[in-house]
Amino acid sequence: MSNIFNSMIEWIDKRFPLTSNWKAHLSEYYAPKNFNFWYFFGSLALLVLVNQLITGIFLTMNYKPDASQAFASVEYIMRDVDYGWLIRYMHSTGASMFFVVVYLHMFRGMLYGSYRKPRELLWLIGMCIFFVLMSLAFTGYILPWGQMSYWGAQVIVSMFGAIPVIGETLQQWLLGDFTLSDAALNRFFAYHVVTLPLVLLVLVFVHILALHETGSNNPDGIEIKENKNPSTGIPVDGIPFHPYYTVKDIVGVVVFLIVFCGIIFFAPEMGGYFLEYNNFIPANTLQTPDHIAPVWYFTPYYSMLRAVTVNFLGIDAKLWGVILMAGSVVIFCFLPWLDRSPVKSVRYKGPYFKIALTLFVISFFVLGWLGTKSPTPLYTLLAQIFTVIYFAFFVLMPWYSKIDKTKPEPKRLQE
Amino acid sequence: MKKITIVAILILCIVPFSVRAAESGMPLERALVDITDNASLQRGAESFVNFCLTCHGASYMRYNRHRDIGYTNEEILEKMVHTGQKVGDLMLSAMRRKEGEEWFGVAPPDLSVIARSRGADWLYTYLKAFYRDDTTGTGWNNLVFDRAAMPHVLYQLQGEQKLEVNGDQRSLILDKPGQMTAVEFDKFVGDLVNYMVYLGEPHAGVRKELGIKVILFLLGMLALSYFLKKEYWRDIH
Repeated sequence: MSNIFNSMIEWIDKRFPLTSNWKAHLSEYYAPKNFNFWYFFGSLALLVLVNQLITGIFLTMNYKPDASQAFASVEYIMRDVDYGWLIRYMHSTGASMFFVVVYLHMFRGMLYGSYRKPRELLWLIGMCIFFVLMSLAFTGYILPWGQMSYWGAQVIVSMFGAIPVIGETLQQWLLGDFTLSDAALNRFFAYHVVTLPLVLLVLVFVHILALHETGSNNPDGIEIKENKNPSTGIPVDGIPFHPYYTVKDIVGVVVFLIVFCGIIFFAPEMGGYFLEYNNFIPANTLQTPDHIAPVWYFTPYYSMLRAVTVNFLGIDAKLWGVILMAGSVVIFCFLPWLDRSPVKSVRYKGPYFKIALTLFVISFFVLGWLGTKSPTPLYTLLAQIFTVIYFAFFVLMPWYSKIDKTKPEPKRLQE
Repeated sequence: MKKITIVAILILCIVPFSVRAAESGMPLERALVDITDNASLQRGAESFVNFCLTCHGASYMRYNRHRDIGYTNEEILEKMVHTGQKVGDLMLSAMRRKEGEEWFGVAPPDLSVIARSRGADWLYTYLKAFYRDDTTGTGWNNLVFDRAAMPHVLYQLQGEQKLEVNGDQRSLILDKPGQMTAVEFDKFVGDLVNYMVYLGEPHAGVRKELGIKVILFLLGMLALSYFLKKEYWRDIH
């Protein structure tokens, strides 16, 4: 039996690099042995990606990208398609959980300095993935054609209109119409199910290739490749990804699935955060809702969009909002060059970095919370203060990370 | 580092609590919802067909879906289908959209998922909060939804209420009694709202039942995967 198997593998290996790839990326890919809780979210992101792709295919079979039928076709899926409700909830919950997982994955990178040399490109590819993910979330949220789909999209689309000179033309080109209508719904559907998933898949593939070139960072932020066993050439603190991390990630997957299924089966609306109540009202182009709020994962940026209330430096308040909003995401790309600390991991960084990171996390949550509320003068003031803190974390980093009192890094991984 | 982990998990647990806003600021009464109570759902379904479906549609829902709540196809045809439709048809309104616009100013909204956008408590309070108001076109107004286009369809059952304003306090008192006592009417509206919650998501019951099985299975998987990991990692630590 094993003979047949071996000769089959041999046959394939002569025609396709199966064994060599298996070794390079799994059984002989050496990962640091001290991965902790924060290291589950990469593989979980991959899991959610697969979930979105598969459930998305089944949704596409029954969804109708037509302004007069879209809302009804979603309810058709929820009621008349066998297990359609399950597939739809898996997809809608998956969208939110994608952001939960990716935010934690990014935060891990910030904790342990995973963006630092030699992983700058890995971080940038990851940021591209994040941009595509945001576009996917936006185009996907339009598809049910509910009130929030429509008016939320209206807000986003009007941002393009705020760009000077080309704004209005760009907006019309995107929409294929003068207003948000059936034409735009069809386009966004095409982006959501074809263009963006293809780009995402390629980027994820490239992300993993780049990761396996540099090797994974770890909670100590030291390079395990600098300490190899002279006889074998294997890092002394490395262990093969398979089977050690495959079996460990399975535990993470099961824990994640318990949370994921808990939401799908017992709280699919998640109190109006994952599925907004107003999105159960069909889109009405003549009736603006009193209160437009994006889904939770966009609310921090939405707060920043609304934070600027006055024109200054000759630039319109609305355009400032757009600049801040775009800047708040793009600025992550500069992290590898903003961080001047001699150490990578928060474990060996000094108090300034720890305080800055804590303030950043607080401001992210406060901005997120404010984004779900109707603006009041107090809320707008809070949004302005926390927007400043948010940006200060990045802009001041070259200084505070340089003068911070760091601890010496160890030579070997700590248990 | 453990501390950060725990704090992060705690924050994620606290985040999700209801974001539904009550627009009128009037405190909502709590509706008792139990979508496993078939008797209540059946009473609600019959009232829904008799009182709501005349003007509103529930056009994403099929009649024969009501086998879920204990009816047979024959019973559905007898008790629910009064418009000559077939049992597999969608629950369309008897009134045309255009007519609704002419008569009420706006077309009555479809009620299929109304309980998901408004919430059970809102519907329950709304349906009980109509009062006589001569300044409106229909002669009715509503404490929860000011100047609602809908007249008080259930006034023969509830009777007629009038508004009493006492400083900031606005309350309703029964002016002319109807066919039902207040307790009976509460129960009637309760059943109706319970049915509308079911109507909003007919598979909610199945969803929760299946959910328990799935979670139990995953807990079993958790034990297995945990011991598998422990076994493999013995030689690392």
